[in-house]
Amino acid sequence: MESLPERNYLNDPRGWKSWIFTLDHKRIGMMYLAFIMASFVLGGIFAMLIRLELLHFEGRHLMGAQTYNQVFTLHGAIMIFLFIIPSIPAALGNFILPQMVGAKDVAFPRLNLASFYIYVFGAVFAVYSMASGAADTGWTFYTPYSATTNTSVISMTLGVFILGFSSILTGLNFIVTVHKLRMPGMTWFKMPLFVWGLYATAIIQVLATPVLGITLILLILERLFGIGIFDPAMGGDPILYQHFFWFYSHPAVYIMILPGMGIISELIPVFAHRKIFGYKAIAFSSLAIAFLSFLVWGHHMFVSGQSQYAGMIFSFLTFLVAIPSGIKVFNWLATLYKGSISFAAPMLYAFSFLFLFTIGGLTGMFLGALATDVHLHDTYFVVAHFHYVMMGGTVMAFLGGLHYWWPKMWGRMYNEFWAKIAAVLVFLGFNLTFFTQFILGSKGMPRRYYNYPDQYHSLHALSTYGSWILGLGFIIMAVYLIHSFFRGKAASGNPWGGLTLEWTNNSPPPKENFLETPTLKYGPYDYDRPLAEGQGD
Amino acid sequence: MDTTGTLFMPPGHSTFAGEVDSLFYFILYAAAVFLAIVVFGAVFFAVRYRRGRKTIASPGPSHNTALEIIWTIIPTILVVIVFFWGFRLYLKMNIPPKDAMEIKVTGQKWFWSFDYPDGASTVNELVVPVDKPIKLLMSSRDVIHGFFIPDFRIKMDVVPNRYTVTWFEATQAGVFDLFCSQYCGKGHSEMLAKVKVLGEREFSDWFVSGTKAGEGMSLADYGAKLYISKACVTCHSIDGAANVGPTFKAIFSQPVRLSDGSSVIIDENFIRESILSPQANLVAGYQPVMPTFQGILNDRELDALTAYIKSLKQ
Repeated sequence: MESLPERNYLNDPRGWKSWIFTLDHKRIGMMYLAFIMASFVLGGIFAMLIRLELLHFEGRHLMGAQTYNQVFTLHGAIMIFLFIIPSIPAALGNFILPQMVGAKDVAFPRLNLASFYIYVFGAVFAVYSMASGAADTGWTFYTPYSATTNTSVISMTLGVFILGFSSILTGLNFIVTVHKLRMPGMTWFKMPLFVWGLYATAIIQVLATPVLGITLILLILERLFGIGIFDPAMGGDPILYQHFFWFYSHPAVYIMILPGMGIISELIPVFAHRKIFGYKAIAFSSLAIAFLSFLVWGHHMFVSGQSQYAGMIFSFLTFLVAIPSGIKVFNWLATLYKGSISFAAPMLYAFSFLFLFTIGGLTGMFLGALATDVHLHDTYFVVAHFHYVMMGGTVMAFLGGLHYWWPKMWGRMYNEFWAKIAAVLVFLGFNLTFFTQFILGSKGMPRRYYNYPDQYHSLHALSTYGSWILGLGFIIMAVYLIHSFFRGKAASGNPWGGLTLEWTNNSPPPKENFLETPTLKYGPYDYDRPLAEGQGD
Repeated sequence: MDTTGTLFMPPGHSTFAGEVDSLFYFILYAAAVFLAIVVFGAVFFAVRYRRGRKTIASPGPSHNTALEIIWTIIPTILVVIVFFWGFRLYLKMNIPPKDAMEIKVTGQKWFWSFDYPDGASTVNELVVPVDKPIKLLMSSRDVIHGFFIPDFRIKMDVVPNRYTVTWFEATQAGVFDLFCSQYCGKGHSEMLAKVKVLGEREFSDWFVSGTKAGEGMSLADYGAKLYISKACVTCHSIDGAANVGPTFKAIFSQPVRLSDGSSVIIDENFIRESILSPQANLVAGYQPVMPTFQGILNDRELDALTAYIKSLKQ
C-alpha cells in the first residue's frame, strides 16, 4: 500500500488524549464529522421507519399513533439540530476554512474545541430525551401542544438550547477568522466563495440563534412554572411562540443552505476547469440572502390568523429572496459554458444540487404566493419543498463537499465507480421519494398524519419505494467510504486540479496546515491564467 | 369548472377553487420554463464541453453585464406578478360577504363541532346549502387545530382564546373531506369531518329535522348513530381494542380500575359522569385527554349513548 505523508495532522501527535484535547481545527472538524454522520444515520433510520409505517402494507401498522408522532419528531429534530445545521460549517468548514484563507488555525482554537463539547453535551440531552419518553410535538414545538403534552419536551428543547451555543461559537469564530487571519494579499474579493458562504452563514448564526435560545427557555419555564406567556388560559398567546420560533428558524434555513451554495461554487469551477462566472454576484447574493432571511419569518404563518396585511408584507419580502437565489443558479450554469467538464462523483452531486435545488426554489413560489399557500400550507407539498431545498440542496452539497475534500481529510481516494453508482441511486431515490409528495400535498394530504384516506395510498407507496432506493445508495456510500478510510489508495496533494490554497499542501495536511508560508500566486478560480497551467492533470 | 381534479389539484367545488387553480398552474408553467432552461443548459454544456483525455478549457467570459441584468429583471417581474395575483385572491378568500350565513366552528381533541344560528349543532358533519356564502367563526378549546377543506381550497388555523375566520361558497352538492391540518397529538389524523353540501330544499328539510333527530328510533339505535356522529368512535372502539380511550365493548356492570387505584362497577351514572366530567373517573392506563361534552350533548342524547353502551354486551 502506498504511504501517506510521514507527518500529518492525523498522526502528529499520536494518542487518544492528543485528539480529545486537540486545538487543531482539522481534528475538531473531523470529530464533528464523526458525530454528524452518526446523527445522520440515526435521523435516517427514523426517516425509513416513517416511510415504512406510511406504506400501510396490507392495511397494517408498524407502530402506534403515539410512537409514530415521536418518530417523526425525532427525525426532524435530529436531522435539523444535530445534523444539517452543524454539517457543513462545523465539520467541513472547520476543516477547510483556515486552509482556504492560508491560516494555521481558526482565530480562537480553544473556543472551537469548547463548541464541539457543547455540541456533544447538547446531543446527549437530545438522545436522553429519546429514552425518557421522546417528545411528540414535531420539531417545531408549537404551543400550547408542547406546553401540555406529557412527553419529554424539556430535555429535547434543553438539548436544542445547548446546541445553539455551539452554533453561535462556531459562527463567531469564523467571522473573526475571516476578518483577521486571511493571509497577506488575500483581499475580500480573492477569497474562495465557500468562505463567503460560511461568512454569511456565521452572521446569521450569531444574530438569530439567541432568539431560539430565548424562545425555548420561555417554553421550558412555561412547562415548569406555568408562567403563562404562551398559555391562552392565562392570557398568553400561542401565536407569539410561532413568531419567536420562526424568527430564528427561518434564518436557520439559510444557515443550512448558504454553506451548501458555497460548496457548489467551489465544485463547479474545479470540475468544469473554468473561472467562476459572476464572482461578485455570487458573493453579494450570499449577503443579500443572509440579510433578507431575517425579514420573512411570517410566511410560515399565512394561515395562523395573523393579519392579512402582515401576510402581504411577508409574502412580498419572501419573493425578494427568490432573486439572489435565482442569480446564483444562473451563474453556476454560465460557469459550465466553454468549460472542460468532468463527471467525477463530487460533480455528480453538484449537478444533482442544480436540478433539485432549482425545483426546491421554484416550488417555494407556490408557498410564497398567499392564495396558493392557503391550500398547500401544512400539506405534503411543504414537506416535499423543504426536503428538495434541505436534502436536495444542502445534503447534496454536503455529500459533494465530503467527496471533494475526502482525499484531503484522510489522504486516501474512494472507489470512483461505486461513488458514481451511489450518487445516481441517491438522485433517483430522492426524486421518487419526494416528487410524489408534491402531488400528495397539492391533492390535499395533510402532513404529520398517521392514518390517511385511501385515495392517497398509491402515492404514499411510491414514496416509500423511493426511500428504499435512497437508503441503498447511502448503504453503498457507507461501505466504500469506510473501505477507503482503511484501505483507500493514497491521494496526491491535489487530485482534482483545484486552485484554492488547501490543494497546495499535502493530503492529509501537516498539523500547521502549510509547510512553508503560503503565497498567493493566483486567484481561487483563475483557470484561464497561464500560471494555472500544469496544476493538476 | 373542472370538477374531476387534475394531476396536481383535487376536484374544485367552491367559488374560488378555480381561481386558486389558475394561479397554481400559472406558477407551475412559469416554473417549468425556468427548470427547462436550467436542465437544458446543464445537459447541453455537460455534453458539449465534456472533458476528454486532456483538461483544456477555453477561457470563457467571467461576467456579462447584459446577461446578468436580463436574468435579474425577468424573474423579478415574474415574482411581482405572482405576488400581486396571490395577494388579491387571498384578500377575497379572507373577507366574507356581508350576507353570509355564520356557523361557529369549535375544534378540540379530536373532533369538530358546528353550531348553527338557530341553536342546532352537529359533530364532525358540517351541513351547508349549495350556492350560499358560509362564514365560519372558529376557535379551539385546547391546542391549535387547522380547518382544511381541500376541495374548497380553504384552510385556517383554529386557535384557543381568539377567533379566526374563513368562508366559502360551495358550487355543487356532495360530500367532501374536512381535515385537521395543524398537528394536535395522537388523534390528529382521526380528526376528520365531512362537509355535506345540500340543495336548498334538502338543506331546509335537514335544518327542520335536525332538531328532531332520533325520533322514532330506539334509544340504543339512536345511541349507535350518535357514537359515530358525536365522534366517540375516534377514541373508543366497540371491538374490544384499546385506543386513545378504553373500549365500549362489554363494559357495562363490569368492574374497572381507576387511575387512583380504586375500583368501581360501571353503571349508568358512571357513564354519564365520564361523558360530562371525564377527568373525575380516569380509567387506569389512559391519559386524561378527553374533553367534556357538557353543552354538546343534551339529556336525550346522553340517555341514548348510555343505552347503546349497555347494548354492547359482547
